[in-house]
Amino acid sequence: MKKEDVKICIIRVGGTNCDRETKRSLEDLGVKAEVQHLNRLVRKGSLQEFDGLVIPGGFSFGDYVRAGAILAKSLTARLRGELKLFIDEGKPILGICNGFQVLVEAGLLPSFNGISDYPEAALATNIPIGYRCMWVYLRHENFGRCIFTRRIPQGNVLKIPVAHAEGRFIFPRGEANKLLERLLENDQLVFRYCLEDGSPAEGRFPENPNGSFYDIAGICDPSGTIFGLMPHPERAFYGWQLPDWTRMRRLPRFADGRIIFSSMIEYITRKF
Amino acid sequence: MRYIARVEVSLKPGHSDPEGETTKNSLAELNYPVRDVRVSKVYTILLEASSVRDAERMVEEMCRRLLANPVKDDYKIRIEAAE
Repeated sequence: MKKEDVKICIIRVGGTNCDRETKRSLEDLGVKAEVQHLNRLVRKGSLQEFDGLVIPGGFSFGDYVRAGAILAKSLTARLRGELKLFIDEGKPILGICNGFQVLVEAGLLPSFNGISDYPEAALATNIPIGYRCMWVYLRHENFGRCIFTRRIPQGNVLKIPVAHAEGRFIFPRGEANKLLERLLENDQLVFRYCLEDGSPAEGRFPENPNGSFYDIAGICDPSGTIFGLMPHPERAFYGWQLPDWTRMRRLPRFADGRIIFSSMIEYITRKF
Repeated sequence: MRYIARVEVSLKPGHSDPEGETTKNSLAELNYPVRDVRVSKVYTILLEASSVRDAERMVEEMCRRLLANPVKDDYKIRIEAAE
């Protein structure tokens, strides 16, 4: 498939607020990106027209019940068959921030045994408590499973901002270590919060901004085509989005988040 | 028949409750001898069901499917006939 034929859907509902910058990021890479309201997608039955799906950041449905819970149930109840087909065809799904919360609540991540009817993990209230909007360092931990980070060498450190109040990744108590082992065995761990030099944050604030278990910032499903992360790659797409760009001698054209979108597109153009 | 279900969703014991902890600290600043605070969310649901048992079954399912995340939440259900 040619790059200019690639069409990505960015799903929107009430409370979504990062759809436009996500669209701009994708379009900057030369593909078509459409922001589609969930109602319209359901009414038209048009999900299959797209080659990839992004669930963007925001506060879908006001974060009522739990962050991401209502959109998760809406997606699985209203698009169930279509979504299953989309996933089975190997089309990529990216969940950013609230989108990651949606994928976890929908049972699409970590999805150890296929799509789960109930969440297998949770993105709980930050520790220390509070909405946190800040730049963090992420260490790329994946060995090639995740199609969204295939172009990033394992061990590389990326600088991308987070902006959330519920981002503390947890597994059920008592099973956390066993499930972490499974995550590692399946090569589903993608990003961990770290220090600037790549050494682990080990739960310490502010390097780990939310108290996430094992400093987990992003994971993928066993196939590597569904990926969720708390940080916002669309807010680290251009060099001028960097917090210290005015102090730089040479402004880089792009920032670290771009490679996630370009990897997604590269995967689509090669596979389809 | 109409029933009213009162569903209380709270964090499982042993799970950190940063909201409760913050509230506890604030109450302590007001000089109350508070040892612990846990925050719950309460849903009052008016629903149609053929019997109490049927209502219980439905509300139980609602909890598992939407109202609680089994990874971190517990829930308590109380059902009574609506007037």
